[in-house]
Amino acid sequence: MALSTSFRSNLIKPLTALTALSSTQHLRRPFSSSADDSTVLTIETSVPFVGHKCEPPSRNVETTPKELLGFFHDMALMRRMEIASDSLYKSKLIRGFCHLYDGQEAVAVGMEAAITKKDCIITAYRDHCIYLGRGGTLVECFSELMGRQAGSSKGKGGSMHFYKKDSGFYGGHGIVGAQVPLGCGLAFAQKYSKDETVTFAMYGDGAANQGQLFEALNIAALLDLPAILVCENNHYGMGTAEWRAAKSPAYYKRGDYVPGLKVDGMDALAVKQACRFAKEHALKNGPIILEMDTYRYHGHSMSDPGSTYRTRDEISGVRQERDPIERIRKLILSHELSTEAELKSIEKKIRSEVDDAIAQAKESSMPEPSELFTNVYVKGFGIEVAGADRKEVRGVLP
Amino acid sequence: MALQTNKPLNGRRRGQSKRDQATLQNGVVWTITAPFALYLADQTLRRSSAQVRSEEAKMLGIVSRKVLGQSLGRIRPAVWALRNYSSAEKQMTVRDALNSALDEEMSADPKVFLMGEEVGEYQGAYKISKGLLEKYGPERVLDTPITEAGFTGIGVGAAYYGLKPVVEFMTFNFSMQAIDHIINSAAKSNYMSAGQISVPIVFRGPNGAAAGVGAQHSQCYAAWYGSCPGLKVLSPYSSEDARGLLKAAIRDPDPVIFLENELLYGESFPISAEVLDSSFCLPIGKAKIEREGRDVTITAFSKMVGFALKAADILAKDGISAEIINLRSIRPLDTPTINASVRKTNRLVTVEEGFPQHGVGAEICMAVVEESFGYLDAPVERIAGADVPMPYAANLERMAVPQIEDIVRAAKRACYRSTAMAATA
Repeated sequence: MALSTSFRSNLIKPLTALTALSSTQHLRRPFSSSADDSTVLTIETSVPFVGHKCEPPSRNVETTPKELLGFFHDMALMRRMEIASDSLYKSKLIRGFCHLYDGQEAVAVGMEAAITKKDCIITAYRDHCIYLGRGGTLVECFSELMGRQAGSSKGKGGSMHFYKKDSGFYGGHGIVGAQVPLGCGLAFAQKYSKDETVTFAMYGDGAANQGQLFEALNIAALLDLPAILVCENNHYGMGTAEWRAAKSPAYYKRGDYVPGLKVDGMDALAVKQACRFAKEHALKNGPIILEMDTYRYHGHSMSDPGSTYRTRDEISGVRQERDPIERIRKLILSHELSTEAELKSIEKKIRSEVDDAIAQAKESSMPEPSELFTNVYVKGFGIEVAGADRKEVRGVLP
Repeated sequence: MALQTNKPLNGRRRGQSKRDQATLQNGVVWTITAPFALYLADQTLRRSSAQVRSEEAKMLGIVSRKVLGQSLGRIRPAVWALRNYSSAEKQMTVRDALNSALDEEMSADPKVFLMGEEVGEYQGAYKISKGLLEKYGPERVLDTPITEAGFTGIGVGAAYYGLKPVVEFMTFNFSMQAIDHIINSAAKSNYMSAGQISVPIVFRGPNGAAAGVGAQHSQCYAAWYGSCPGLKVLSPYSSEDARGLLKAAIRDPDPVIFLENELLYGESFPISAEVLDSSFCLPIGKAKIEREGRDVTITAFSKMVGFALKAADILAKDGISAEIINLRSIRPLDTPTINASVRKTNRLVTVEEGFPQHGVGAEICMAVVEESFGYLDAPVERIAGADVPMPYAANLERMAVPQIEDIVRAAKRACYRSTAMAATA
């Protein structure tokens, strides 16, 4: 992995940076540059972008120390949350489905860095980290996973149905591919309302072959909707490798008349650059496809070991060569934005935050029995409903 | 003209209200009148219906001679003239009722938009959306490609964001291509998100059997959609139903399935000034008692209401007074009204066009058994479509859907008055 860097600003000479920074023992390095949002670093992405029917953006990405440290923190938090969820599932506190995102964190944080909360994101069932990125809290995540009242959907949705409408996160969908037309619908509404915002409709390499995706893309292209289709290509649709499922696994080209961009999805800066480019494009010219080349360390879900259709060497190889958190760590250290020790202490703090959140979520109560009958409708007219024994359990739809 | 001597001149039976009489008239009723009176009445009719048409035309922004000519040609001369002369009631087709409801709701709320195949430039496959493209423009009246899964998903996504789409299916048979979005993306979202994501969308279009369109174009979806929590399912019969229920559906914050009927689009019904008002709305979840009776309750929806009303006429001749309930709302089902009626009459016949197994009638029967078993004097009778895919040949097609005589026969059985029993007596 080649890291070539160039300093555009001369502000980052170690000795002179003392003034702006918080007090610590190690005064010679500006490692507490988490507050430094003004220094501009230009970093080259791991690989160049590849365009389809469009001129790809430059592989030189501008960033700041604050942003890089933010990436590190957010991705480490996401990683820790997913690993903790693995343990919770194995101890049967999480039931049903649990699809973990570890390995793919760069896509979530890179996207957030390029957009606002007025832009919309919609994804499939691997949604815990997207929810966190959109402003959800750890307690809400763990509570929802454990089916508690404090959860993001008050315990009524589960792992696959996290939503945060006030921050533009529209879920959380269990039916493969359905979220893409829904995302194009969000983009339609944004254009109809003249909001000058965009929608990122995320899907996997498995969903990329769904017919409804092409139906929605056709309409989005006809109407020039500000829709950005993001294929998180982790190369396996459940247990089926991409070359077994798709005649053409070049997903960024599958839009045919719709431009596309292939992006290294393990490089948060590349993701940020691509999303910024896509947002500009979509607002002017209509839909665009981004293919994020990424990887998941876990299996498809908790019931899948993930090693029957891939070799352990492959998994550990990606972890060594392309891990998104390690890339940012190396960047931070090589630019002397922080020290190993500081970064380790951030990770330690994250671990305890996650443990606290789990403890708090465990304390949260299960929903009241009366919640069985709430939110069926917005306007229920006081209609009577019943439980399994219609003479025993009755309710009224509020 | 033929004579019919046992009816009073105004065509109404004793004790029958004007509205009852109005809703019975689906076919031609002939009456004796002096030729001069006829001519006079006919002239009055033409003027008053022309007035109606031109008012509607102005409302819709359509100025079209052809529309006027067509509607005039449809109206039967004598009895309508006399009735109009006496009651000054307006007539409106179901098609115009739906069109005016769409128009008024789009005018009142800029978030309402219409999408579907041929709704724009073609003026609607069944002309329900006639004139709307010209009035509201292509941003609000969208012609979609023939891709139900895609455009329904887009409609639901727009509803997530807060717009109010009206998605037209050319027939509900094609809704099966989009049924995942209707059920999983629309109906369940408010619940799964604990109220964060509401879906104020209407899915509308013709449902059930038409005439000679074969198995793939004739299915009734009332029972399927009616079983799904999170959906509201409505099925209008008359023009008043069409206007009031469509307006209610568009204003409702939940996903609504609106099951129309192709063969009813051209039917004219009398309509009062109250119904023509732009704020007119019918409540969701309330059935209408189209005709009161004492001996047997007959439930129906959509086109079968008309058949049931005709069956009631025939039954009345045999001294059986049938109470006809127009369900209007399949989900929520107005079980209080149905139960109250059964507690009065003690007998029930359910009528529907769709497949019998797991149908609307089966649900109504169970609802009555749960609440009013002790009041039933006879087993519940069920009239439904035949348990076969819809055949094309006209004689077989006739056997595959309920006819008026089927309803009459079932009602008589419920009253222990069927001819087989009489023969053994």
